[in-house]
Amino acid sequence: MWGKLNTNVIPHDLVTLGGVASMAIISLAAVGYISYKRRWKWLWREWITSVDPKKIGVMYILVAVLMGLRGVIDAAMMRTQQAISVGPHHGFLEPDHYQQIFTAHGTIMIFFLAMGLMFGLFNLIVPLQIGSRDVAFPYLNATSFWLFFAGAMLINLSLAVGGQFAATGWLAYPPLSELSYSPGVGVDYWIWGLQIAGIGSLLSGINFLVTILKMRAPGMNLMKMPMFCWSVLGSLSLIIFAFPILTATLTMLALDRTIGTHFFTSYFGGNPMMYVNLIWAWGHPEVYILILPAFGIFSEVVPTFSRKPLFGYTSMVWAIWGIVLLSFLVWLHHFFTMGAGANVNAFFGIMTMAIAVPTGVKVFNWLFTMYRGRIQFKTPMLWFMGFVATFTLGGVAGVVMAVPPADFQLHNSLFLVAHFHTMIIGGVVFGMFAGLTYWFPKIFGFKLNERLGRYAFWCWFIGFLLAFVPLYILGLMGATRRLDHYDASLGWQQLFIVAAIGVAVIIAGIGFQILQLYVSIKNRDKNIDKTGDPWNGRSLEWSTSSPPPIYNYATIPVVKDRDAYWVMKHSKNETSSETPYVPIRLPRNTSLPILTGFLAFVFGFAIIWHIFWLAPLCLLGIIATLAIRTTGDDHDYTIPSSDVAKIEAATRRGYA
Amino acid sequence: MKEDTAKSEQVLQDKTVFGFWVYLMTDCVLFATLFATYAVLRNNTYGGPSGQVIFSLPFVLLETLILLTSSFSIGLAWLAAQKNNKQLVLKLMAVTILLGAAFLVLELREFNHLAAEGNSWRRSAFLTSFFTLVGTHGLHITAGLMWMAVMWLRIYKYGLFKSSLRKITMLTLFWHFLDVVWIFIFSIVYLFGVIG
Repeated sequence: MWGKLNTNVIPHDLVTLGGVASMAIISLAAVGYISYKRRWKWLWREWITSVDPKKIGVMYILVAVLMGLRGVIDAAMMRTQQAISVGPHHGFLEPDHYQQIFTAHGTIMIFFLAMGLMFGLFNLIVPLQIGSRDVAFPYLNATSFWLFFAGAMLINLSLAVGGQFAATGWLAYPPLSELSYSPGVGVDYWIWGLQIAGIGSLLSGINFLVTILKMRAPGMNLMKMPMFCWSVLGSLSLIIFAFPILTATLTMLALDRTIGTHFFTSYFGGNPMMYVNLIWAWGHPEVYILILPAFGIFSEVVPTFSRKPLFGYTSMVWAIWGIVLLSFLVWLHHFFTMGAGANVNAFFGIMTMAIAVPTGVKVFNWLFTMYRGRIQFKTPMLWFMGFVATFTLGGVAGVVMAVPPADFQLHNSLFLVAHFHTMIIGGVVFGMFAGLTYWFPKIFGFKLNERLGRYAFWCWFIGFLLAFVPLYILGLMGATRRLDHYDASLGWQQLFIVAAIGVAVIIAGIGFQILQLYVSIKNRDKNIDKTGDPWNGRSLEWSTSSPPPIYNYATIPVVKDRDAYWVMKHSKNETSSETPYVPIRLPRNTSLPILTGFLAFVFGFAIIWHIFWLAPLCLLGIIATLAIRTTGDDHDYTIPSSDVAKIEAATRRGYA
Repeated sequence: MKEDTAKSEQVLQDKTVFGFWVYLMTDCVLFATLFATYAVLRNNTYGGPSGQVIFSLPFVLLETLILLTSSFSIGLAWLAAQKNNKQLVLKLMAVTILLGAAFLVLELREFNHLAAEGNSWRRSAFLTSFFTLVGTHGLHITAGLMWMAVMWLRIYKYGLFKSSLRKITMLTLFWHFLDVVWIFIFSIVYLFGVIG
């Protein structure tokens, strides 16, 4: 009846129990607080059933940040273990538990922190920047979010029900991830958590691609589009071509584990290296899916705080598409050691080095944008400066590893770990922080505290160098990744201790960020943004109020040039002849997306535990929600023009 | 106001059909992945039968003809929908559903037959990739049939709506797409399989 479920699946391990208890306490506290404030109805009406991308974006970021905190705790546990587990001492983690922790860290950081922040920003900024009232498919957008949420919850549930995470590394290479070597449910949780969230990402990819290509404000042809939207478009194209590979690959692994197929088994003719090829054919583009939007953010931040238009707009666009194309031609550099032969390795090595060219173009363009600009060193700009320093360092390390003979030495060493953390923390994370700081006043109506933001930046930057420069050195000394214990005679301990201190400094930075959020909310009256344009911005999103009204723009703006809002602000003939407001149609709230997410969650759970009668029921339920949705015809409501006029007048009064 | 709704339906049609095309491209990548896997694993029979032994070309040709005919009939249904001819749309969609169901029954018979002889997906990596590739196509056909059934019922009960044409357009695209994928399966899996 209940498949493999029984009372033994409750965790016994102390550390795991601690994790479960803390998650339970946080959830209970949240539930208690909402009940105490009697906010359930409000939460349901204003957030959970909302199809407004501005709200969905905030929910994405909230989930991503919570998952990210879990990932940081994992990182801290790993570095502590490595700092103390030397020679006769074995640290506080069992080897098996240590493996689960590094798997969880990678999985959560990539799929749920980075992807969540990215989709959050897409939702918040893309419709505003292109002068649109909504995304192309609002219902689908909400469904994507709830699928992402369902995936995140499945990943978290693996600790509470089953008491284990996959112990396979974040990409779960077979044959280790096959049933014969990983008989527990950890890998199944991993598969279905990622599968459900991944399908959400794929649907979002389609949605935003159509949004950007079909819903731009009149006059905004592609070459007048803000660079953030260009980079998002590049990222979306990668999502569309890469995520189906992930879906197929995870399905094959799931079939191997569930119904006994032989795709990647080491017997019956299966081919484990096929999995490694497929997962990286998704995985390498995924890296660029994450970094391109960060590049886009910097392309907005640098011109704004340098008071100059972006240098080399056209070359920026070509660089993006160069990266998009090349990112599909480099996947094999993740396993030069497979033994594909000298010519194959040489091809992929050269392609990998070639990616440095468009990336270099972008870095120089940002620097030339700053050249002779009137630079203001606000926090987003600090994140940019930190990014240029670290990202260039990491990029050079990447080119070193692109040389196959060098890679044979560096493969699976801490040098590699240091390299990709430089790219992801120094690139993606710094970029997201810059973007969140930059657009925060647009979303919430008040700026973040500058001083605490600067403290957070310096902690992050110094902590990052302390944590990862030792890893480069350790990697060159021969330390491999994923070690839970090493011999004292190797002389690695001092460097590992430095790295652990670095993590502590980063955590201090996170502490400053939480404090910054708290202080900024508390003193929001001091930092309130009354103009809608707190940074003297250039693109359309700054032309509407902060936070924007539900319909974004009462009158859809007409774009005449790049830096559309800058041109509007500085054009002499102020032709704001009061165009009469028109009624605005917007999609109504719906509870079907969260229902779909819930059913997907139960579906995943049922398959993980082999409850084979429940899974088809959930699938039927999902089909039923689709049928209900497609047979209804009218999903919109209209805001009459008189109400639009009222909202606009009230905003203007607030600004006066 | 009426002009307004007509215009908004036009905009919606434009967006939605384009979005559906993009979705089809993602599905195309999914099938490409399965084809690539099949190409890598097709010789890994591990002592089990090869394609030469288990494929029957006349049978597959029958499947192919049925599916191609269904693609023709749904094309006609789409034309009828453009002319707003409810009865004809219903008839042609019913024909398509029957043909699609017949294809599915034949495919399941083939699978059943193979499994009964001990040649299921558990037998070898070749059979694993064969069942998965062809089965994924079959699952898509099933989904298409369910979609068509829901739409048939709706048109039967409420007639053609302003959104019906948009939805039939997407369904038709989907069905043609599955046809194209089947042509690839027919050539790469079955024809090359028999050649060996």
